[in-house]
Amino acid sequence: MTQWVRKDLLGLEELSGEEIRLVLDTAYSFKEVLDRPIKKVPSLRGKTVAMLFFEPSMRTRTSFELAAKRLSADTMTITSQGSSLSKGEVLKDMARNIEAMKVDILVMRHQAAGSCHFLARSLKSSVINAGDGSHEHPTQGLLDLLTIEEKKKRISGLKVSLIGDILHSRVARSNIWGLLKLGAQVTVCGPKPLLPMGIERMKVRVTCDVQEAIQGADVLNVLRIQLERQKGSFFPSLREYAQMFCITPERLGKAKKDLLILHPGPMNRGVEIAPEVADGPYSVILDQVTNGVAVRMAVLFLVSQVNMKEDRDEISD
Amino acid sequence: MKFLIKGGRVIDPKNKRDEQTDLLVEKGKVAEIGKHLSANGAEIIQAGGLWVVPGLIDMHVHLRQPGREDEETILSGSRAAVKGGFTSVLPMANTDPVTDHRGAVEFILSEAKRVGLVNIFPVGSVTKGQKGEILSDIAELTKAGCIALSDDGRPIYNTKLMRHALEYSTMFGLPIITHEEDPHLFEGGVMHEGYMSTTLGLHGIPSVCESIMVGRDIELLKFTGGKIHFAHISSSRSIELIREAKKQGLNLSCETAPHYFSLTDESVSTFDANFKMNPPLRSNEDVEAVKKALSDGTIDCIASDHAPHAENEKDAEFDGAPFGIIGLESSLGISLTHLVHSGLLSPATLITRMSLAPAAILGLQKGALSIGMDADITLIDPEKKWILRREEFESKSSNSPFIGWELKGRAKMTMVGGRVVMNDGKISKSE
Repeated sequence: MTQWVRKDLLGLEELSGEEIRLVLDTAYSFKEVLDRPIKKVPSLRGKTVAMLFFEPSMRTRTSFELAAKRLSADTMTITSQGSSLSKGEVLKDMARNIEAMKVDILVMRHQAAGSCHFLARSLKSSVINAGDGSHEHPTQGLLDLLTIEEKKKRISGLKVSLIGDILHSRVARSNIWGLLKLGAQVTVCGPKPLLPMGIERMKVRVTCDVQEAIQGADVLNVLRIQLERQKGSFFPSLREYAQMFCITPERLGKAKKDLLILHPGPMNRGVEIAPEVADGPYSVILDQVTNGVAVRMAVLFLVSQVNMKEDRDEISD
Repeated sequence: MKFLIKGGRVIDPKNKRDEQTDLLVEKGKVAEIGKHLSANGAEIIQAGGLWVVPGLIDMHVHLRQPGREDEETILSGSRAAVKGGFTSVLPMANTDPVTDHRGAVEFILSEAKRVGLVNIFPVGSVTKGQKGEILSDIAELTKAGCIALSDDGRPIYNTKLMRHALEYSTMFGLPIITHEEDPHLFEGGVMHEGYMSTTLGLHGIPSVCESIMVGRDIELLKFTGGKIHFAHISSSRSIELIREAKKQGLNLSCETAPHYFSLTDESVSTFDANFKMNPPLRSNEDVEAVKKALSDGTIDCIASDHAPHAENEKDAEFDGAPFGIIGLESSLGISLTHLVHSGLLSPATLITRMSLAPAAILGLQKGALSIGMDADITLIDPEKKWILRREEFESKSSNSPFIGWELKGRAKMTMVGGRVVMNDGKISKSE
C-alpha cells in the first residue's frame, strides 16, 4: 500500500502513478461524505488553511474553501486586491508572515510558474498548488481523472484529447502527466502557435486538426481560450478560432457514442465549446465541479497527515 | 620590486611558448625569460607545478557602481576579479547613470585607480542612456578612456541606428559589443524555449531570438565595415552564422560564458533563479556546439558576464527574479574542469581564450609574456581540487549556480603590473 509522504502538492509531474491512485481512492471515500446529510468530518479540526489567490478564481477558490470546511479546518482567504502585495511586499515575506500566524496549509494560486515550488522550499507549512502560471494545476488534473474514472471505470487505455490553448494551459500539463501515468493515450490539439515546442517529447500525439482529435476519442477535455493571455499574435480572432476549433454538435457527428466532454471552466460559450455541447449529454462539466471538492478534501487530508507527523516527530525530538 | 618566478610551466600562446622555465619581473615589466635565471636580489616565487600565464582578461563584467553598490562595487568587483585570476576586466555600461558621458568614465577610472587591484577598462554605451534612440558622444567616450562600446543588457533593435553606430565607430576603431536579442521574440521569456520550458510552463526565449540578430548584424557589417564583438553567444545557429562570416574574412569576434558550456536548460527544473540568465541556458545540442566552437576558434574568448544581484531579488519566483549570475570567481575553475581536464582544449588554447584573444580583440598590449610588457601574470594550480563556497565569495553577491561544485584548478597568484595583488586567496590591501 502506497503511503503519502509529501508535505506539499506542487504538480502531477513528480507524482508516481501509485500516489495519484492513492489520492483518487481517498477522494472516493470523501465523496461519500458529501452525499451525507451532515457533510462534515473532523479530520482537520484545529488546523488552519490559508488561501492565497493572486489571480482571480471563483471555482477553485470556493472549492478549496468548501473542502477545508468539510474537513473542519479554519480557513482564510487572501486575494491580491487589498493585500500587502499591492504595496510591493515580496511573495516570500508575505507567506512567511502568514506562516508565523501558525497556518498549517497554504493553498496558492499565482501567475508565476514555479511560485509554489519556491514557497514550499522556504516554508514548513504545507503548500498546495492551486495553479502556478502556465505550469500545473494538480488538483484540476486529479479531479479530471476522478471524473473520467468514475464514468468510464478505468483510465488505462482510454484515448483522451485536450483541445485548445495548450501553450498557456496549466490544466493541460497536469492532465497530460496524470493521464499518462495512469496509462491513457493523450492527444493535444490546437492552433500551431499554441502548441508548445517539444510537446511531443511528453509522449503525446499532436495535431492541429480538431476532427482528428475527436475521432476515436473516449474523452475530450476542452480548454478555455484564455482571452487575457492572447494579447500576442497566436491566432487571428476568436471568430476564426471558433470556426476551426469550437466543439459543436456537427463536429461531434463521428464521435464515439459514449464520449465524455470535460471543461475546466470558466467556459467561453460559442468560442471553444458550443452551448448545446456544454449542456448536452456528453458533458460532465458539473460532475467535475462536484468531484473537485472531494479531490481537494483528499489532498488537504493527505498533506496534513504528513505535516502532523512532522509536528509529532519534532515534539519527540 | 623584483620577482623571479621559478620553475613554472610558462604558457604564452602569443610567443608560442609552453615550457618549464623561469620568468623575471622587474619594474613592473616582464624582464627576462629563461631557464635557471639567477635571483640577483629578486624575491623568489616558487612556481613548481604551476602554470605561469599572461594575466587573464574578462571582457564582460558588471561592477554595478555607480547605482547598485549594494550588489557590487568597483572595490568588491576588483577583489573578486583578482581572486579569480583576472588582471583586466571590462565593466559594461549599464550602470546608473549609464556610462554614456565623460564624467561617468572618469569616475570609473578614478575609482579603479584608488582601489588599485586590477586593470579596469570601461565600456561606453553605444546609445544615450542605452535607450537605443540616439548615439552617445562616442568621440568623447573614446577620449575619456573607453576601449569598446556596448548597450549590453539590451539589443540595438533599430537597424538604421545600428548601421550608423557601426559607421561612426570606424572613426575610432572601437569594437561594438552586441547583445543580440530580438525584443519581440524575447517578450516575456525567462528561459530557453524547448521541452523544458514546455513542461515547466515558463515563457520560452527561442534560440532564433539570438541568431536572427547575429544574422542581421553580419549583414550590416558587410555593408558598413566596422568591428563587431558578439557578447555571450549561446546558440548553435548563431555559431554557424559566425563561423561562415569568419570564413568570409569579416571583422568580427565573439565570446561565450562558462555557463553556456557547463549547464543546460534542464537545470531550470527546480525553478531556482540562480539558473536564470540572459541569454538563457540552452539545450544539450547548443552546449555541444559551444564546446566545438571553443575548440575550433569560432568562439574567440570566454567572458564571465559577471552579473551580481541582491540575494533578496534572486530569491524569488522565477518570473520575478532578475537575469544574471556572478562568474569572476568561478570562470577559470569551470573552464579548467570542463574544457581542459575533459581533454577538449589544450592549456595553451584555454589561455588564448581567456587572455590573448580578448587582448587582441580590444587592441590591448596585454595577453602575452613578451619582454618589456606589463607584468600582468596569473599563476594557476591546474590540479588543485576545491569547492566553490558561498561564504568565500569576494563579490558582494552570491548568485551563482555553481555553489557547491567541486572544481579542479584555480588561480594561485595574480600579479598586476608587477605587483602581487592576490596570493593563495589572500588579496593585498588596497587604498
